[in-house]
Amino acid sequence: MNPNRKTAGKVTGVISNLVTVEVDGPVSQNEICYIQLGDARLMAEVIKVTGRKASVQVYESTRGLRGGDKVEFQGHMLEATLGPGLLSSNFDGLQNNLATMEGVFLKRGEYTAPIDVNKEWDFTPIAKTGDEVRAADWLGEVKEGWLPHKIMVPFSFEGTYRVKSVVPAGTYRAKDTVAVLTDESGEEHSVSMIQKWPVKVAINAYKEKPRPWRVMETGVRCIDTFNPIAEGGTGFIPGPFGCGKTVLQHAIAKQGEADVIVMAACGERANEVVEIFTEFPELVDPRTGRSLMERTTIVCNTSNMPVAAREASVYTAMTICEYYRSMGLKVLLLADSTSRWAQALREMSNRMEELPGADAFPVDLSSTISNFYARAGAVTLNNGQTGSVTFIGTVSPAGGNLKEPVTESTKKAARCFYALSQNRADKKRYPAVDPIDSYSKYLEYPEIVSFLNEKVAPGWVDMVMKAKTLVLRGKEAFEQINILGDDGVPVSYHERYWKSELIDFIILQQDAFDRIDASSPLERQKFMLTKVLEVCDMEHDFETFEECSAWYKEVINIFRQMNYSEFRSEDFNKYLEQINKLMSHDK
Amino acid sequence: MTNRAFQRIYTQLEAITKATVSLKAQGVSNDELATVDGRLAQVVKMKEDTVTLQVFEGTEGIPTNAEVTFFGEPPALNVSEDLAGRFFNAYGRPIDGGPEVEGERRYIGGPSVNPYKRKQPSQLIPTGIAGIDLNNTLVSGQKIPFFADPDQPYNQVMAMVALRADVDKIILGGMGLSNDDYLYFKNMFESAGALNKIISFVNTTEQPPVERLLIPDMALTAAEYFAVDKNEKVLVLLTDMTLYADALSIVSNRMDQIPSKDSMPGSLYSDLAKIYEKAVQLPSGGSITIIAVTTLNDGDITHAIPDNTGYITEGQLFLRLDSDTGKVIVDPFRSLSRLKQLVIGKKTREDHNQVMNTAVRLYADAANARTKLENGFDLSDYDNRCLAFAKDYSTSLLAIDVNISIDQMLDTAWELFGKYFTKAETGLKESLIQKYWKEKEA
Repeated sequence: MNPNRKTAGKVTGVISNLVTVEVDGPVSQNEICYIQLGDARLMAEVIKVTGRKASVQVYESTRGLRGGDKVEFQGHMLEATLGPGLLSSNFDGLQNNLATMEGVFLKRGEYTAPIDVNKEWDFTPIAKTGDEVRAADWLGEVKEGWLPHKIMVPFSFEGTYRVKSVVPAGTYRAKDTVAVLTDESGEEHSVSMIQKWPVKVAINAYKEKPRPWRVMETGVRCIDTFNPIAEGGTGFIPGPFGCGKTVLQHAIAKQGEADVIVMAACGERANEVVEIFTEFPELVDPRTGRSLMERTTIVCNTSNMPVAAREASVYTAMTICEYYRSMGLKVLLLADSTSRWAQALREMSNRMEELPGADAFPVDLSSTISNFYARAGAVTLNNGQTGSVTFIGTVSPAGGNLKEPVTESTKKAARCFYALSQNRADKKRYPAVDPIDSYSKYLEYPEIVSFLNEKVAPGWVDMVMKAKTLVLRGKEAFEQINILGDDGVPVSYHERYWKSELIDFIILQQDAFDRIDASSPLERQKFMLTKVLEVCDMEHDFETFEECSAWYKEVINIFRQMNYSEFRSEDFNKYLEQINKLMSHDK
Repeated sequence: MTNRAFQRIYTQLEAITKATVSLKAQGVSNDELATVDGRLAQVVKMKEDTVTLQVFEGTEGIPTNAEVTFFGEPPALNVSEDLAGRFFNAYGRPIDGGPEVEGERRYIGGPSVNPYKRKQPSQLIPTGIAGIDLNNTLVSGQKIPFFADPDQPYNQVMAMVALRADVDKIILGGMGLSNDDYLYFKNMFESAGALNKIISFVNTTEQPPVERLLIPDMALTAAEYFAVDKNEKVLVLLTDMTLYADALSIVSNRMDQIPSKDSMPGSLYSDLAKIYEKAVQLPSGGSITIIAVTTLNDGDITHAIPDNTGYITEGQLFLRLDSDTGKVIVDPFRSLSRLKQLVIGKKTREDHNQVMNTAVRLYADAANARTKLENGFDLSDYDNRCLAFAKDYSTSLLAIDVNISIDQMLDTAWELFGKYFTKAETGLKESLIQKYWKEKEA
C-alpha cells in the first residue's frame, strides 16, 4: 500500500450498520476507515471485499447516511493503544476512554484517547546501551500504582535490535522517547512508553507456552475445591438467565489471585458495569491492601452500544491482557458474555447474506471461538520470567439449552466447564454451579495434581475426587428415594443422600453477599473439606430415616454458622466444638 | 406532517411486498421518514440508487405509481411539559382530541447514555405487593418485565404497581393493546386522579402491527425528556413486548432476512436491548424505570422473545395461579429482581435477605413434599408442616392482593417460621434469630 496516499471511497449502500463502499484504490481485509457524515466521522471496519466494493461494518449508528458520502481508509487494522495508564480505566469496545467523554449521552463519532500521552511517569531503565533486544524485551519500568509496568520493545518490531541509548532514571511523559534502538540494517527507531497493536492478532512475542502448571485461587469453593482453574487456563460459565452468572463472575473478579483483571462487559447490561465502577474502588484487594480498581481495567460495550464494536471489545480486552502478560504478570480476563459476541457475528453474517450455519450463526463460529480461547495461556518470556492470561467467559445459551452452537463450540475450546443449573438456582442453591455436570480438565493434568497436593495438602486431589463421588452417589440415592418413597429404601440410602447434602450446603453453596462467606481462601477450604469428609466417614446406625435427616440437618446448621464466622475466630471454634461433640457423641 | 419546500417526490415504485416498497431515488438518507401514497414509511435499506422503505400501515392497495415524498429526517417527537396528561398514537399525534404538542423536536431512538456517566440504582420502589417487595424488590432505574400467560391479569397488576409507585411521570407504551385494555388503563388513570402525570402512546389491535415498532422509542424519548431535562423520576410501562417482537419478525421476514431461533430476526437481542437499556439512574437524580409485559406461549420461557428479554432485563416477575389457594401469586421460584441486593438490608431491615431466602427454600421443600404426595408416598411430619407453611405463605405474602409495608412482610414471615418450624430447620443466622424469632402462639 502506498503510505503517501490513503485509499478513498464513497457510500453506495446501507443496511443497518453494514455499509457498501466503492473504493478508488487498494483496501485490505479488516482495514479501518472513517465515513464522513456531516461533522462526524464514523469509524468502520472492512469485512468483505468484492471487486471495487468493500463491505464495512460501522461501529456507530448509520442514521442519516446517504449514498455518495465520503469514506477515507486508514491503512491499518483496528489497533489498541498500549502503555502505562491502562489500569483503572474504563474503555468502550474500541478503547475510547469513557471517562473523558463529554455529556451524559454517547455522541456519535466522538473518539477519545485511551491513554493520556502527556501524563508523567517515573521511569527506571532496565536495558543498557549495547544490549541486543527483541520485541517485548524490557527496556525500562514505571510504577503504575503499585504495579511494575514494563516499557517494552514494541511487539511490531521484527528481528533483533541493538540498544543505542536509554534515557536515565527520571520523570518523562508517556509520549517521550525513552530509548533508541538500531535495527539490523542500521536504521534507528525511537521508542516511547506507548505502542500500538492490531487487536485481532495474538501477541506471540514470548519464548514458549507450556502447559499450565499452577492453580489460580478464586476464593469460590465450588471452583477452587471442586473444579480448580489453572493459572493461564480457560474456563466458561454457561447458564440460563437468572442463575447467577454475573454474581459468580464478579466474585471471581474481586477475589481472583491475579495482578491485573480485565473485565470485558460485552453486550451485557449497563447497570452491571456501573456496579463495577461503583463498588470496585471501595473494595480492597486483600493481597496488596490497595483498592481493587487499581488492578482493574474495564472494556465495556453494553448491549445498547453499537453491535459491531461489541465484537471488537473482546479482542481489545484480550490485547490489553497479553500486553500485561508480557511484563511477567498474572492477568485474569473475564468476558461477559461471549454469546453476545457470537450474536454480533451472526448479525453481520446475516446482513452480508452469507449462507448460515446452525441457528443462523456463521459457519466459522467454532474456529473463531477456538482461536480466541487459544490466546490465553501461561508463557515463559524471552528473559525466562513467566506471565499468564487466564480467561473465563460466560455463555448465555438460548433458552438455557446447552445444545446450541455457542456453548458447544466453547466446550471444545475451554478446559473448565462451570455449568449453572436452573434447578439449583430455583432452589436458591448458589452459586448454582452443577457439581455433576461441571468439570475441570486440569484435575487430570499431572503437573496440576502434584501442585495441588503440594500446595494444599498431601492427597488433596484424592479427597476432592472422594467428595465428588459422594455427591454423585447422593444424587442417585435421592432419585431412588423419590421413586420408591422414604420408607421404600433402606436408611443407608438416606444417609448417602444426606452426606451429599452436607457437601452441597457447606462446600458447594456459598453466600456471595455475606461479608465473610463471600471469599474463602484455600487454607480455609482445606479445613472445611477435611472436616466435612471426616463427618461423612462416620458410621451411624440410625433406626429411621427421620433420625438420619435430623442428625444431618443439625450438623449442616452448625457448619453453616461456621461458614458465616471469621476463620478460627472464637465463634468459629465454638461451632467447631459443637461439631466435634456431636461426632464423639455418636461414636 | 406538513409539506415543506424542496421535498423530493417520486412516483415510480420498483417493488412492493406486504410491508415494504422499493424505488429508485437520489440523496436519500438512512432511517429517514417518507410518505408512500399518504402512508408513513421509513428508509430501511439502500443499495446503489434503490431505496427500500418500510410502510408502517402496510402496503394494501398501494399502486406502483404511488406518490413517495421524503422528509429528510428520521421519526421525531415534539417534547415539552405539555405532553403530560395526553394520549398519542404511534406517530406521536394526539388521539384525545387535543391540539398538537408544541415543543422541541427530538429524533426518537437517540443515542445511549455513556455507561460511565450512569449512577448505581439505589432507590427502592415499594409496591405493597409482598411477592415483589419482599422477594423481588424493585429499584429505580431498573428494567423488569412481567412474564405472564395471556389469560393472567398482568395489565391490572402493572397499573396497580404504577399508581402505587412514588414517581413523577408514568409513560404508557401500549403495543397491540386491545381496545378494552386501553380503556381500562384510561379509566384507571382517570379515577386515580393521576392523569396529569401520565402520558400514553397507544397502538391498539385495530391498528397495523408494524406501527408498533415506533411505540417504545416514542415513549422513551418522552421519558428521556422528563428524566434528563427535568430531573424527574419516570416510570415507563411497555405492554406487550411480545407483540412488538412479532412486528420485528414481520419486517425482517419481508426483507428476506435469514431468521434465527423461532423465526425471530438475528438482531432480536440488540433490538430489545436498545429499548430496555434506556432504563437509567442519572447522576442528576432523574431516572427511567421500565416495567414491561412479555406474554408467554403456555409458560414457555425458552422461546426466543422471553429468552432474549431475560438476558437483557434485570430480572423478571412471573405471575401464576396457585391452585392451592386459588390466588394469583408472584412465583417466588422463577421471579427475580437482579437489583434487589442494592436495597435489601440497606434500605430495608437487616434480616430481609435471610428471611427472604429461608422462606423461599422452605416453600421449595413444600414443592418437594407435594411431588411426594402426588406420587402416593407417605409424608413425614416435616413435609406436612412445609405444606401448611406454603399455604399460609402463599395467602398472606405471595398473593398479588396483599398490600402491606416491607416491615410487616418480614414480621409476617417470622410469624410463619415460628408457627411451623424449629430454629434449626430454618438455618437462619443465630444473631437474627435472637432478635426476631417469634414463638408459636400457644
